[in-house]
Amino acid sequence: MPVNNVPAFIDNIDGRNKKNKLFLVLVIAMSVLTVMPIILIVGKIIISGIGQMNFNFFVQTSPDSLQAMSAVANNETIPGGIANGILGTFLIVIVSSVMAIPAGIMIGIYLYENQGRRYSNFLRNLTEILQGVPSIVLGIISYLWIVKNITNGFSAFAGSVALSIMMLPMIIRSTEETMKMIPNEIREAAFAMGTPYHKVILRVLIPTGFNGLSTGILLSISRILGETAPLMMTALGSTVINYNITKPTSAVPLLIWEFYNDPNMVKLIWSSALFLMIFVLTLNILSGRLAAKPKITRKR
Amino acid sequence: MSSDKVTKTILFSASLLVLIISTGIVFSLVKGSIPAFKEFGLKFIVTNEWNPTTGHEVYGALPFIAGTLITSILALLICLPLAFSTSLFVAEYFRNTRVANILSSLVDLLAGIPSIVYGLWGFYTLRPFIISLGLSDQGFGIFTASLILAIMIIPYATSLSTEIIAMVPDELKEAAYSLGATRFEVIFRVILPNASSGIIASYILALGRALGETMAVTMLIGNSNIIPSGLFATGNTMASIIANQFGEASGLKLSSLIAIGLILFAITGIVNSIGKYIIKQFS
Repeated sequence: MPVNNVPAFIDNIDGRNKKNKLFLVLVIAMSVLTVMPIILIVGKIIISGIGQMNFNFFVQTSPDSLQAMSAVANNETIPGGIANGILGTFLIVIVSSVMAIPAGIMIGIYLYENQGRRYSNFLRNLTEILQGVPSIVLGIISYLWIVKNITNGFSAFAGSVALSIMMLPMIIRSTEETMKMIPNEIREAAFAMGTPYHKVILRVLIPTGFNGLSTGILLSISRILGETAPLMMTALGSTVINYNITKPTSAVPLLIWEFYNDPNMVKLIWSSALFLMIFVLTLNILSGRLAAKPKITRKR
Repeated sequence: MSSDKVTKTILFSASLLVLIISTGIVFSLVKGSIPAFKEFGLKFIVTNEWNPTTGHEVYGALPFIAGTLITSILALLICLPLAFSTSLFVAEYFRNTRVANILSSLVDLLAGIPSIVYGLWGFYTLRPFIISLGLSDQGFGIFTASLILAIMIIPYATSLSTEIIAMVPDELKEAAYSLGATRFEVIFRVILPNASSGIIASYILALGRALGETMAVTMLIGNSNIIPSGLFATGNTMASIIANQFGEASGLKLSSLIAIGLILFAITGIVNSIGKYIIKQFS
């Protein structure tokens, strides 16, 4: 190293200290700036959303534009609620989970049991690519596969297929990570007693990794709860409560979109957003609690 | 066949699902976009006219490719100093303190807020703010969309780079301190050179997120089908044109939208793969 590099380190200690302090101030200022939008967003949603949160909000279906208009004109709270959206979201999420969770866990276990093979590495890469596919592209796919060919029209099922493709890679990854955390001795002990493979999976691996698996599942559900774009192209929305998976169905984010496009319903937007946010955050916190013991899933 | 074999076969067949879904996605996107590429050829990617009038139908994807790239890269640039400072705050300056824990859980909270809620906040709070600054008349446009995207990708850029900064061995930092280096010098001469590829990868992955974001951008970018002429001009992204026009589309227009979906799929796939590749080299 040339000697003339060294004096920079020895000289000018005041300047270096000043730079050091200045940078610390900058880091703190920027970090505070990073937190600002979080506080502003959450604050705005709570303040604007709490007003419409009443019992009817959870049990009645969404009002039509006329009802909302007269309520707004008379300065009353808008009648009706988002029951069609809440139940629609439940329907879509349950159907997605039924499809994605068992498949995801099986694939995750397969990947763990076949570490290092070329096929598993290939699958793992494919899973990662699948995880990065924008949700709107999955909307197109589910439209082409399900809306066009299977349900012959917009349907809750089409929405569920799009969302389950979103869930699948997350569950595969968290399952594989969880399996890696289970001590090999436990598995070996089970095999040593002559336990058949499927029983090792069902009675040993899944119960032992229960926390990790649930964390992955809850996180993946919390990710899909707020998805709007793929549902616009598949489940479409509905003003009535619908339990039929082959029929168009509403969902909370779809209702937010409808309210947003209707100037009379503006007040309902924030309550629905508040509801959605509380729902998502509860799932996140719940999964954080479960993961608290051994740190199993890494947040991306 | 023994029961273990049956179990193994079942697991193996489940694994085929990933293969089927992935090839199915590529196949359907390609098949759906063939009519558009047949009509316009590869010029589809580089022409900028979007005219759905029957009889004069012309579609080109360039405005949307440009819109997506400009908003995402701008978002990344805005997010960069914020995410970098936050990860230094959490992983270096205030490591393992209560403030750092609160900060990182607040940042994680950002990841839990749905895209459409960001859009609402952008529309009702950020947009009036932009107007009041006199930056644009309507408040819609590239800059507003990029700002909201930047906020949305902060948690993704932060959490991974925080982990990577925390992974730099203490011995290296201590060696530098013992030579009389200040903290600033340790950060820029020891931590950054050691963690740079991982940090870069985390920003690339955050970029991958921004490319595919739909609702918030759709609500703020102004939805005009032209190449944006400036920072505060309106535009459209690939995701937002699909979200806006897919519902009523059929025929050639539908095919063109699917083709845009295919291009979006390819771009995000490439960006994410680069990010993952760097991460793998790193660890």
